[in-house]
Amino acid sequence: MERAMRDLTNEIIELIRRTSTRLPADVEERLRAAIEKEAPGSAARNALETILKNIELSRQKSTPICQDTGTPIFYVHYPEGWSTRALREQIRNAMAEATKRSYMRPNAVDAIYDRNTGNNLGGDDFPYIHFEEVDADQPLVIELMLKGGGCENVGRQYSLPDNELGADRDLAGVRKVVLDAVQKAQGQGCAPGILGVAIGGDRSSSYLKSKEVLFEKIGVRNPDPELAKLEERLTEEANQLGIGPMGFGGQTTVLDTKIVGLSRLPASYFVTVSYMCWAYRRRKMIVRGDQVEYE
Amino acid sequence: MREITIPIDDEVIRSLHVGDSVALTGIMVTARDAAHKWMVETFIKKTRPPQGEDEQVYEALKKLLNGGVIYHCGPVVSKDENGEYHFLAAGPTTSIREEPYQADVMKHFNVKGVIGKGGMGAKTLQGCRETPGVYFHAVGGAATFLAQTVEKVHGVYKLEFGVPEALWVIEVKEFPAVVTMDAHGQSQHAIVDAASRQVLEELLNKPY
Ligand code: SF4
Repeated sequence: MERAMRDLTNEIIELIRRTSTRLPADVEERLRAAIEKEAPGSAARNALETILKNIELSRQKSTPICQDTGTPIFYVHYPEGWSTRALREQIRNAMAEATKRSYMRPNAVDAIYDRNTGNNLGGDDFPYIHFEEVDADQPLVIELMLKGGGCENVGRQYSLPDNELGADRDLAGVRKVVLDAVQKAQGQGCAPGILGVAIGGDRSSSYLKSKEVLFEKIGVRNPDPELAKLEERLTEEANQLGIGPMGFGGQTTVLDTKIVGLSRLPASYFVTVSYMCWAYRRRKMIVRGDQVEYE
Repeated sequence: MREITIPIDDEVIRSLHVGDSVALTGIMVTARDAAHKWMVETFIKKTRPPQGEDEQVYEALKKLLNGGVIYHCGPVVSKDENGEYHFLAAGPTTSIREEPYQADVMKHFNVKGVIGKGGMGAKTLQGCRETPGVYFHAVGGAATFLAQTVEKVHGVYKLEFGVPEALWVIEVKEFPAVVTMDAHGQSQHAIVDAASRQVLEELLNKPY
């Protein structure tokens, strides 16, 4: 397996640099469109204008869009025959080097001893790496998402039925708890945000899938028309809450909502909401033979 | 946009109201979770004894924070060949985590301004009244943009907390922010929270 021996460390450093310093075009477009909805001179509009200036500056100067470079979440789709051990090592080496070059802030803190490792390498869980095998004739695809702590902290999981909110085990109940999560988040997750919602699963798979769905582009709807409708409705209703950019008050609280349905146990009905801040950093690299492409 | 120079006096603080846009110029100190816990435990509640250079750092902080500004920020920093630090990315972090400590720190050190994001709660609002001081909201995530306002990094304390958690002494020029909690008991966050809760009630009562 000659391909499996190829060292991609430098290419992965480049993936990290791009992810941290360049916001994807679909996100920037949505933010730009949102400006028009906010009153001229309002704090909400000023905040959006500052955000756009910041996106531009970060791209020019190749510095992190946000100083919280978040939890690095890698999804690696590797062709049969590649060594996941080698890939893991390359990703970890790339992460340490990207931190040295200040594309990433040292973000891995030992929770017991309260020590920052200084290089973004914690245990096996940091950076988070998920491997998925694909056919041998498929390209290698490495996706990276950086999820900041501020927005991670406002994520929520509900166990339905929820008496207080009057949320039953159905889509009507799902709608209620998601809106509640947005109201509780206020501006804390650096609104405007993007919602990843998982329905079902156990506690851990539900959280995992609520993030995984955020790898999709803005505007990509769930293939189930009923869920697609709920996604759109949730975005619209969340914006009626008036929380606005940074929680200053305003029209734009949520840019998009993505729902994923999972299997659940008869006894459980979890709804998990992952909140992604406007600094919605996700990129991918595609490796075909000697060619490396970035998206 | 109102120009404000640090240190800030009480008269200026009292003239500020929720919604005011400001540009801050002067020296401020970054401090977040570990720093606040350490300040309160070591010097205010005195539940743990000072260690190492804690006493010297305390003396320096007393001067820097008297009339000064604390910035809730964990920056990305580079060090050049001459050993000088530069801020590359430095947006605000979520402030509410400092809610247990902030009012005590403000009163103890006479801190006039706290910069962060997401706003703070009732205890800090009361601290703003008593000190008096205000809470400035910076644009969360606007890290490269805000780092541009940092003209010089004067030094760093408690680097053993890690780069994001250390206390960085920085000189800024025209750092933009909005007053969202003032010394008169007003909080934009409380207003938005209450209004959005009412809309939520209405939405919850709508049929699916
Ligand atoms: S929530 Fe996002 S934009 Fe805000 S500080 Fe954290 S990573 Fe940055």
